[in-house]
Amino acid sequence: MADFFSQVVNALQLGSIYALVALGYSMVYGIIMLLNFAHGDIIMVGAYATYFAVCQYGLHPLVAVLLAVLISTLLGVLIEKAAYTPLRSAPRLSLLITAIGVSFLLENGAQLLFGADTKSMVKTPLISGTLNLGGVTVSLAAVITIVVSVIAMIALTFLVQKTKLGKAMRAVSEDMGAAQLMGISLNRTISFTFAIGSFLAGIGAVLHVGSYFQASPMMGSMLGLKAFVAAVLGGIGSIPGAMIGGFAIGIVETLVTVAGLSTWKDGVVFAILIVVLLVKPTGILGRPMVEKV
Amino acid sequence: MAEFLKVDDINVYYGAIHAIKGISFYVNEGEIVTLIGANGAGKTTSLQTVSGLLRSKTGSIEFCGERIDHVPAHKIVERGLAQVPEGRRIFLRMTVQENLEMGAYTSSGSVSEAMDYVFEQFPRLKERRKQIGGTLSGGEQQMLAMGRALMSRPKLMMLDEPSMGLAPILVEQIFEIIANLHKNGTTILLVEQNAQMALSVADRAYVLETGKITLSGTGKELAASEEVKKAYLGG
Ligand SMILES: Nc1ncnc2c1ncn2[C@@H]1O[C@H](COP(=O)(O)OP(=O)(O)OP(=O)(O)O)[C@@H](O)[C@H]1O
Ligand SMILES: [Mg+2]
Repeated sequence: MADFFSQVVNALQLGSIYALVALGYSMVYGIIMLLNFAHGDIIMVGAYATYFAVCQYGLHPLVAVLLAVLISTLLGVLIEKAAYTPLRSAPRLSLLITAIGVSFLLENGAQLLFGADTKSMVKTPLISGTLNLGGVTVSLAAVITIVVSVIAMIALTFLVQKTKLGKAMRAVSEDMGAAQLMGISLNRTISFTFAIGSFLAGIGAVLHVGSYFQASPMMGSMLGLKAFVAAVLGGIGSIPGAMIGGFAIGIVETLVTVAGLSTWKDGVVFAILIVVLLVKPTGILGRPMVEKV
Repeated sequence: MAEFLKVDDINVYYGAIHAIKGISFYVNEGEIVTLIGANGAGKTTSLQTVSGLLRSKTGSIEFCGERIDHVPAHKIVERGLAQVPEGRRIFLRMTVQENLEMGAYTSSGSVSEAMDYVFEQFPRLKERRKQIGGTLSGGEQQMLAMGRALMSRPKLMMLDEPSMGLAPILVEQIFEIIANLHKNGTTILLVEQNAQMALSVADRAYVLETGKITLSGTGKELAASEEVKKAYLGG
């Protein structure tokens, strides 16, 4: 029983990080129809920022966290301004290729600057300690990860549903032309969307480092791909979908690991992608693609 | 009377397609002016260019005495120029109320007062304020699109085929509302394929054919013209 409970915690811990990253994928796709493959690499940069802040410069963990989130957010907006804005009216394929290019740039840039080895934070964990929940011991990092993610998702839902900027985001994602006729600035709204998505990725990065203690140049690539699968599973473009998809992938991976097939876990995740694309490409909560009349 | 909106010699292209070929027209304050023409004549393109969503290669567009042809599209509405676009283009996933709020996005005045005014014009929308836009009927969507444009309290409202796809009784209702808005002081630029209806309410009209203005005059003159009768009024 205790074992089962701790596996549930593991699944939720992993799932909440996927969900945070999947949200960025989904929001950006929702607004400019771009699968932003550089999104995962923002996690990597956030993870390095945390590592250097704590291990290299000895900053207080809280300061490191703020710094990492800030850097991630700015990086996301910078990528959007420098690489995607000039392609606003270009074919979506050009945009996709650019995103892949940005991803390579970040991964190779990190390798060049920080080396190809994995930086470990096991000796200086961001969060340490355990918590006793009704007789079951769980790591504090897991609890914080889950709680922070849930709070971030609630805040995001509020922002998108209730605030003026959130409504502008929804308007732009439905119809850019009509949104402009309302007086909504595309540049501002799209940058804002990237900022939010990257902010969540920054939180994801910090939580990832807090949970798994490491940073490496390629870490964002696999994490990003899995979050992408989560976004597609939930229904790309859908915010609650990204959350559900993220947790679902976390649960599936944990199940596969518990079954003693941990070498298969990546394969299973990508098998899910293939099945979703074959059976229900719009995902769990995705809307059918409506042609504009 | 001052020229309120003045479009002078605009040329608009879609890639290699020359859609608007040097047209000029104007709208005076307080008028209803209509642009009529067949499918593909360039009516929508003209309105989109005035709204800043498309750009002209030549000429100028002035509104209230100021050039607006280089103003970004999202800065047009705050100058008092709103458009009800072709095909309504309401936000289908947002509620009626949210759609109306979007119409007042840049407005500095009271949103709730503007909404009351819109609900006065369209009591139907008030009943359905919590309903998702995509579930409204075609007529209700048209009303919402008009209401949304009114939320910015425009000085000039441009309507692109508001009667499209509506039953005759609804068409009449929409035209009544347009006449009513006009009476309340809104200047109107109306694009229509329903030439008969449009000419009957218009002070002046322009006929657009494959990107050029071929005729212009008062609504009455054009309604009586042989060419217009033959081409647009079914004999
Ligand atoms: N996005 C586009 N790309 C290429 N050509 C376009 C585009 N939009 C319009 N056109 C062309 O420009 C011309 C004018 O089109 P426009 O939509 O302005 O006509 P319209 O008078 O509004 O017609 P309708 O009454 O059918 O709405 C047409 O020949 C059309 O094919
Ligand atoms: Mg048209």
